[in-house]
Amino acid sequence: MSKLNIKNLIKSFPSMDRPAVNNVNLDIESGELVAFLGPSGCGKTTILKMITGLFQPDSGDIILDEQSLLKIPTEKRGVVMVFQNYLLFPYMNVNENVGFALKMKGVDKNIIDQKVKEMLELVKLPDIGLRKPKQLSGGQQQRVALARALISNPRILLLDEPLSNLDAHLRDEMRDLIVTIQQKLKVTTIFVTHDQEEAVLLADKIALIFDGELQNFTSPKNYYEKPKNIKAAKFFGGVNFINAKKHNDNLSTNIGTIHYKGENYTDLNEDNIITIRPENIKLSKNNDFNNNSFKGLIKSVIFSGTHTRYKIIVNDLELECSLQSVGLQDIKTDDTIYVHLPSDKIWAMNE
Amino acid sequence: MNNNLKKINIYAIYLGAIILILPLIAFFINAFSFRWFYPQVIPKELSLQAWVRLKLIPKPGQRTFEGFIELWASNPAVIKALLNSLSIGFLVTIVSIIIALPAARVLGLLNFRFKKLIIFIMVSPTILPPIAFVLGLNINFISWGFSGNYFGVCLVHLVPIMPYVVLTMTGIFANYNPDFEHQARTLGANKTRTFLLITLPAIAPGMVVAALFAFLVSWSQYLLTFLIGAGKVMTLPLLVFSTASSGNPALTAAISIIFIFPAILILFFTSKFVSGESGATSGFGKI
Repeated sequence: MSKLNIKNLIKSFPSMDRPAVNNVNLDIESGELVAFLGPSGCGKTTILKMITGLFQPDSGDIILDEQSLLKIPTEKRGVVMVFQNYLLFPYMNVNENVGFALKMKGVDKNIIDQKVKEMLELVKLPDIGLRKPKQLSGGQQQRVALARALISNPRILLLDEPLSNLDAHLRDEMRDLIVTIQQKLKVTTIFVTHDQEEAVLLADKIALIFDGELQNFTSPKNYYEKPKNIKAAKFFGGVNFINAKKHNDNLSTNIGTIHYKGENYTDLNEDNIITIRPENIKLSKNNDFNNNSFKGLIKSVIFSGTHTRYKIIVNDLELECSLQSVGLQDIKTDDTIYVHLPSDKIWAMNE
Repeated sequence: MNNNLKKINIYAIYLGAIILILPLIAFFINAFSFRWFYPQVIPKELSLQAWVRLKLIPKPGQRTFEGFIELWASNPAVIKALLNSLSIGFLVTIVSIIIALPAARVLGLLNFRFKKLIIFIMVSPTILPPIAFVLGLNINFISWGFSGNYFGVCLVHLVPIMPYVVLTMTGIFANYNPDFEHQARTLGANKTRTFLLITLPAIAPGMVVAALFAFLVSWSQYLLTFLIGAGKVMTLPLLVFSTASSGNPALTAAISIIFIFPAILILFFTSKFVSGESGATSGFGKI
């Protein structure tokens, strides 16, 4: 149970022309499961390595429970990292691997044996204690690595791409296991991923990082409904963006005035951008909406199973709309259509 | 591979082994014979006279336990040379590995400009004829006071040894994942324990091979010892050469056996690390 504050963290590498981590601020509450999300090379693993102490930041501070970590050597931080490729020590068997952290603390051997057994049961791998890492499958190695990391009750658990080396079916299983264990042990956990879906499924909060800069740090739901900027919106599958200007408590665009109910209206710049998720747009052949309704032309219809995607042209602007295929009106390419953007579903942002 | 080719390969290995072992057998017989000359297929008379003359076995009549002790305690030249060779060998092996460890780590793990050039300069002592650099070194060694003593000989042995040691260990580090160390550190191991428990087991096979190379190169060093030691530091190769030029084949054979025996012993115990499947040599392609 530990809370972590990252303050103005900066780290550069001589081989890169921009900072690998650029002025990142994060406050992670005790017991939270947080995802660092971003494309590869965005600096998320670099932040993890600075939390463990394998890299020293150029400036900024990392504070764990009100105490700066920077001067503390890696082995005394109580921060355990599980690497992407598990890194089980090849010369030791599973028991010795899992018990490693306790052995380093000088714990009595009987107690270590007991704890190792408990941990292996927790990751649902009893009875493999005497095997060597080479004899284990990828999924088993991952679980052993998790058990090894958790045995010493770390203050922070760091997982680097925990699911990326696993097959699809193992991935679901492992994801459930991570969530179950995390909730059981209440250990503050940060994991790194480039997979937006994985982050949404696992994390309480997501820190979205692009090019070393933190874009946003909020709940997965907010990324869908209230993204902070275009980049964040696009990363979570946003496709509809409309340039807008503030006008009489509403937003004026080149397809007409859009009524806006978002709570951030006062924070918006004069010029801003409206976004709406494809599944929130409504279509009708007759104009039976009160406001935010615009006349357009269907450009294409793509049936994709449970949903059907439409591309609609409204005054040079292309919008994408995704509707459930069940009980759909008969809409074809080149039909004239009314597009409704529900005012409680649209979201405006500054950049 | 087809079966015939396999057979030919095996025969080739046997042939090679015979070519290597036959002279040893001849040596062995020679060392225990008395006047074994050309037309004779086997020596007429077996004798320990060569060993007596090397003062390794007491004269007939004194071959008791006390006799041996007394003789060896008189510090015969062979034993002195043997001890010199062994101690120089061990010392330079340990020193070369300590020096090579950080160098090999950097060369094996990192890529940087001029890396190929640095490796080339590093291995150049193996291409250069020893006489070329030792004459130059000798002048400096004389002015520094390293010439004609044990320390100077150890120092000059490092010149031909370092390339083998660094290259072998670089091969190991090319296959090595330093993240294992990071993992151990986050699990609470301090730097010393990380090195002992994680790094050392991973690089040990390569270190054994490197040590083997280092020891054998030092062990067989003649010219460098001769020039820098200025005849004051007597090692086995020096003794072998001077004995061989004296023209007594039995004596030469006996001393040669003493010379090659430790080398064979070391090879025997380390051979499993040198084989192709061993981690110790599989990293060479990656340097």
